[in-house]
Amino acid sequence: MKVNKKGVLGLSALLAGSALVLSGCAGGNAGDSGESEDSGEAASTLTVWVDAERVDALQGAADAYSEESGVKVELVGKDNATIKDDFIQQVPTGRGPDITMGAHDWLGELSTNGVVAPLELGDTAAGYLDVAINASTYEGTVYMLPYAVENIAVLRNADIIPEAATSFDDMIAKGQAAGLAQPFVVEQGVEGNPYHLYPFQTAFGAPVFGSGAEGYNADDLQLGNTGGEQFATWLGSQGKNGTAVFNTDIDGAIAKENFLSGTSAFWLTGPWNVGSAIDAGLNVAIDPVPSPTDQVAQPFAGVKGFFLSSESKNQVAATDFLVNYLGSEEVQLELFEAGNVLPALTAAAESASSDPIVAGFAAVGADAVPMPAIPAMGSVWQYWGITEAEVINGAEPTATWQKLAADVQAAIK
Amino acid sequence: MTTNIDEEVEAESAAPTKRQLRAGRMAEAAGAGAKVLLVKIALLGLLDAFAVYALFVLLTQQQWLYAVIVLVVAVIFNWIYFSRKKLPAKYLAPGILFLAIFQVFTLLYTGYIAMTNYGTGHVGSQEQAVSSLMSSALQRVEDSPTYPLTVVDRLGELSMLVTDPDGNAQLGTTGVPLQDVDATFQDGKAVATDGYTTLEFAEVIARTDEIVELVVPASDDPNDGALRTTDGSNAYLYTSSLEYDEAAGTMTDLNTRTVYSDIGTGAFTAEDGEELLPGWQITVGLDNFVRAFTEEAIRGPLLYVTLWTFVFATVSVASTFFLGLFLAIVFNDVRMRGRKWYRAAMILPYAFPAFLSTLIWAGLMNQSFGFINQVLLGGASIPWLTDPILAKVSVLVVNLWLGFPYMFLVCTGALQAIPEELTEAATVDGAKPWAIFRLIKLPLLLVTVAPLLIASFAFNFNNFIVIYALTNGGPRDPDAPIPVGYTDLLITLVYKVAFTGQNRDYGLAAAFSILIFIVVAVIAIITFRKTKALEDLN
Repeated sequence: MKVNKKGVLGLSALLAGSALVLSGCAGGNAGDSGESEDSGEAASTLTVWVDAERVDALQGAADAYSEESGVKVELVGKDNATIKDDFIQQVPTGRGPDITMGAHDWLGELSTNGVVAPLELGDTAAGYLDVAINASTYEGTVYMLPYAVENIAVLRNADIIPEAATSFDDMIAKGQAAGLAQPFVVEQGVEGNPYHLYPFQTAFGAPVFGSGAEGYNADDLQLGNTGGEQFATWLGSQGKNGTAVFNTDIDGAIAKENFLSGTSAFWLTGPWNVGSAIDAGLNVAIDPVPSPTDQVAQPFAGVKGFFLSSESKNQVAATDFLVNYLGSEEVQLELFEAGNVLPALTAAAESASSDPIVAGFAAVGADAVPMPAIPAMGSVWQYWGITEAEVINGAEPTATWQKLAADVQAAIK
Repeated sequence: MTTNIDEEVEAESAAPTKRQLRAGRMAEAAGAGAKVLLVKIALLGLLDAFAVYALFVLLTQQQWLYAVIVLVVAVIFNWIYFSRKKLPAKYLAPGILFLAIFQVFTLLYTGYIAMTNYGTGHVGSQEQAVSSLMSSALQRVEDSPTYPLTVVDRLGELSMLVTDPDGNAQLGTTGVPLQDVDATFQDGKAVATDGYTTLEFAEVIARTDEIVELVVPASDDPNDGALRTTDGSNAYLYTSSLEYDEAAGTMTDLNTRTVYSDIGTGAFTAEDGEELLPGWQITVGLDNFVRAFTEEAIRGPLLYVTLWTFVFATVSVASTFFLGLFLAIVFNDVRMRGRKWYRAAMILPYAFPAFLSTLIWAGLMNQSFGFINQVLLGGASIPWLTDPILAKVSVLVVNLWLGFPYMFLVCTGALQAIPEELTEAATVDGAKPWAIFRLIKLPLLLVTVAPLLIASFAFNFNNFIVIYALTNGGPRDPDAPIPVGYTDLLITLVYKVAFTGQNRDYGLAAAFSILIFIVVAVIAIITFRKTKALEDLN
């Protein structure tokens, strides 16, 4: 019998190939198995997508729930950057998870794509922080179980500047008195960073959208009002051709480096950067954002939470797990200890605030406004940052700002 | 030759001639006998085992189409490899299978997506859109209480046993409004009633589908709303603001009486053009291609991005090739000492992952803090990556740095393959070095290198990494209606259309990809034709 070697080679290549194809199939099947089981009498499985960094934090709660209810909870760690797109793409195919972790500003997109189901919090809704419930509500319906509230605040190096600044100018003056050339840093970038500049914008009375009972109103664009123009003028005066407090070349990494090395004593950033500052041995205090006007500087609040898939075949178990279990004080505190962000449940938030850092962010968060989740916000992001970057880099503020308002208005239609 | 062996061995059992015997021995040696046969059977057995497993899984999942494909492919492969003939098929089959999976399928699928409106608001089926719209349209009746709920069963039909705010037990099921009943209470909650079986939590979960469908009217008046539950332990009163008419295919907003109908655009649309989202996925034919060429907002940017893509690819190939060639010639000179070390150093940029080195370049070129401005230029403030023209130059320079080692390697190899005698003969004939290079070496070099230049062009045409990591397409063009920048290539534009912002348009992005494919394919075909002329030199 003759077998030529090339045939064998080809065959083994083919085998490798079919193994690949098969494993592809198997991957798909694994996603399906959760659903095919629910017709049986046995307890079903809830598939939950979780930010890979929080799997450990949630594992305890998931196991405890399984034990209590007999429903298996399978946590799948996902890269935070791709979780939203994967969810939108996979839910309609029926292969998506039952629940995913996410942020409230995805809500407009998820709802427009019809991949999330409404969540009835019932009487428990009253137990959450107002900002958390507002952020979880889209067009009058709650879609998200909130578990944490995040906002930016000013990190102060208390060894250099012992007292909090009372206003923006006071902050710069205090820093300069301490001999710093660049007392304050905030992360920008070539395309600007409106999220981090928003507190200053609100201090001039220029929110992005007006808001009503059902949340933000896309038809009421407030961005270009007189307050907005004043903000632009102020921003220009603090930019390249002015005091150079703001600089589009300072990105996240450079801002961090400046603060950690003591070149800057004030850093406008979020709780996610506190760890590295403490690790660097700095004596960090959390202050409200110093306002350039006499109004309060309100940052955006970002609320993290869990969404229920509209195609979930285990809706009852999933809702029970979310509303009645993850919404409980113990679980919220457990998640807080793992992630160190303020719990969304008022009772849990109060016990978490015994930590001065958390209390500092929570105090700023009391003034924070939820970041708009409406789809029109996408059009705002598209132009907002580059306009601010242009103003910082010396463009004529008022005209540039009016062009921003006109561009956004045209894009929203 | 190989085919002959096969046939000759067939004839072996007849009267073996000397030549046939020799051929038989050759075949035996090539096949290495029984061992190989065993390996072949084992491998085919494994393949079949996989196929059977896959079939089993696919059939339980009711994926008929895939099951048929797996079956057909498995049968064909067994037939080919158990056959004594079919030698060409034995060589070609695996390649064709891979071609089908990795190339043809991808291309066809991209083509299919390009013909749909797949994107934000159009991701699922119409059925899914309707169910999603209906569930979002439910509004809890204002100030209505929570009804503690026990799900009960009678003869397979589920009912809701709820406790009203006054503490009375009420029972109802789909289509049958709530009525007072006598019930057993536990902690103020009705948990059982005569004639019905109370469902345990595990049973509730097992019958999720039925419970989600359970809608109990609060009274005979539909305006009072209906009780629904999502967690099986509490029920709430809801009214719906939308009504779906399946026969007419219309959605009616009950508050404003606006009628939204399916007008074939993949969403329920009101007469004034307002769409109810989510919509659903439909095929739109060539609309996406038409949009790419006719919609002003897309056409303008598309035009200059295409132009820049050609400039980028051409200049990148030319600059890397000439620098690589120049260095190859210089380091090919035997009189130079320590050539090995220089060559090793030259290859370093090629050895680092391009993504990493590009990010480092982005840091070096930062206007206020970058090493180039701060240290090399003593505190200059040159906008390397933020000025529209300078950014293009920077991108080309970085790509030259990344790309020349490849050309250097290729050219070194090709130069060393050119016989030394040619140079000597030319020198004896009195040719000058430049003439030797231009008239003898370069044409011989191009024979080997030209196909690689074409491949390099195609690669740079789609050089996503350099643009994405260095400038992300920036600086942004503030006047463009879509987020496009001065250094965006077609491929990064496609990425931005498909994967950034809140309004994704996968259909349009797929159409762009097909256009890019056509452009690259046409250029490759034309240039390959041209390079055939070079081959005549040999």
